Amino acid sequence: MHTDTTISPARAHSRAGGTTASSRRRFLTLKRRDSIAGYVFIAPQLAGIIAFVLIPLVLVVYYSFQKWNVLSGTIEPAGAANYQKLLSDPQMPTVLGLTAIFSVGLVLFNIPLALLLAVLLNRRGKGITFFRTAFFSPVVVAIVAWTIVWQFLLQDNGGVNALLKIFGIQGPNWLESGPTAMAAVIVVQVFKNVGLNMVLFLAGLQGVPREVQEAARVDGASSRTVFGRITLPLISPTILLTVIITIVGSLQVFAQIAVLTKGGPGISTTVLVYYLFQQAFQFHNFGYGSTLAILLFVIVLILTVIQWQMRKRWVFYEA
Amino acid sequence: MKRDVARRRWLRALLYVVLSIIAIPFLFPTWWMITSSFKTVNQIFAFPPSLIPLTPSMDAYVKAFTFQPFAQQYFNSMYIAVVVTIITMLISAMAGYAFARIRFPGQNILFVVVLIGLLIPSEVTIVPLFQMFNNLGLINTHWPLILVTSFGAPSVLATFIMRQFFIALPGELEEAGRLDGLGRFGIWWRVAMPLARSALAAVAIFTFLNAWNLYLEPTVYLSTPELFTLPEALTHFVDPYSGPMWNVQLAAATMTAVPVLIVFIIAQRQFVEGLAQTGVKG
Repeated sequence: MHTDTTISPARAHSRAGGTTASSRRRFLTLKRRDSIAGYVFIAPQLAGIIAFVLIPLVLVVYYSFQKWNVLSGTIEPAGAANYQKLLSDPQMPTVLGLTAIFSVGLVLFNIPLALLLAVLLNRRGKGITFFRTAFFSPVVVAIVAWTIVWQFLLQDNGGVNALLKIFGIQGPNWLESGPTAMAAVIVVQVFKNVGLNMVLFLAGLQGVPREVQEAARVDGASSRTVFGRITLPLISPTILLTVIITIVGSLQVFAQIAVLTKGGPGISTTVLVYYLFQQAFQFHNFGYGSTLAILLFVIVLILTVIQWQMRKRWVFYEA
Repeated sequence: MKRDVARRRWLRALLYVVLSIIAIPFLFPTWWMITSSFKTVNQIFAFPPSLIPLTPSMDAYVKAFTFQPFAQQYFNSMYIAVVVTIITMLISAMAGYAFARIRFPGQNILFVVVLIGLLIPSEVTIVPLFQMFNNLGLINTHWPLILVTSFGAPSVLATFIMRQFFIALPGELEEAGRLDGLGRFGIWWRVAMPLARSALAAVAIFTFLNAWNLYLEPTVYLSTPELFTLPEALTHFVDPYSGPMWNVQLAAATMTAVPVLIVFIIAQRQFVEGLAQTGVKG
């Protein structure tokens, strides 16, 4: 209790006004009672984090050093065997490559589209409100429902190919070949969530002072120059933040892949999260599954640290 | 001058054309989901496809309830999402308030400990959580879904948002409450909480949607159809011989998605603001 003896100006004032020793003692007990209230208030949340995040996190490290088959119920210390398996797993390079393709593809499609939508919608009007609602609406549709509809639309004789057929194009069987399946998973995910990034960009764009843009226009800058030299740099913190959130989010995409492709055809859409799920809950290998979980954790951690560093260095100003 | 107005009008029209084209992949799937759910399987795959069901049929809806215990599954999703939302609102408002307004030793360190929850994807801890609940005999019950979602990592963002809100609250209001003889709990419940409606609404919206949409956890923890929540139930409308029963599956998907969409259209501003908060996460 000794750490917290700083006196706020108001309290210092009342003390200077001649507080008696007894009321000071009461003040201290009040303060102590307040600290207890603080602990009581955070207790449920703290207990939850300890029980459902921190302890599991320690356990997952421990599990990753075990040879553990859930079906036969055998657990034995395995040293670094799971980590050696990780390094020599013939599927691992493919899985990591696919994860990278998925994340990069997602960012490359999502961010420019979100920015384009935000720029187009950064004005007033009834129609504009309608389109904002339209682009945001998939965000609130349950992910599995959204994915099922797309799975239905992307079949060989589904809606997408029917649409292409009207224009005389014979569409591929999207979900049955590797590259198109990966493209489909990315596109379905982007349409689902790009509305969120659009809203973040809209907020960023509305934070750009109009006077600065108008001053540049008066000085003879074209609207393209104004966008490239003024607007874009000013919303760079938002862009950066959005890129990292999108990458970290992309590493956790499970439902879409589980429903749309089940990681296939072959393993052509098996990203790290899905591989983890397969190893742990389909092949019942909790040890190796835990090792993959740690790999996922490390990647997310690195990305988060990069985000903090970049925030310090690159960003022109914090919104 | 006149030409300028005409040009602007043209640009406006062009803008709407471009936006309408981009909007197709955003709106068409939902439209197609709803309309197809009123068609028969043959009508669904007819070419050229019809944009509206010419002879609307409710068969798919009836079948959705007979093929699986869909009413039970609907109830499961509903009550789990409501319970999780209420618990999360309470504990995040309490913790957020304490971290923002009460001074106690170790506060900052404890806040960082809680924030770790934001860093860790739920997939990382799913294996040990499964094992923990397995040891407690709680696999194939709703307990893991309710407990982990309410108290674990998903609630941290809520706590963070509540803290940000309470930090900005003027101290005089609390002082007034204290002079009226309220204790900490009274100040929190009677003074701070009524002022926090907007933040609580944001928390309620994204917590409810997150719980409603949860897929990995139910897949891992539940195996009995009677216990399924909607997302998992949707994937089980499959005939063992002839594959997915599309119209039935789409009817079930419509029943899952449309109520939320309607609430979204009514309370749009709150939804967008609430969900945009999830962007604070990084």
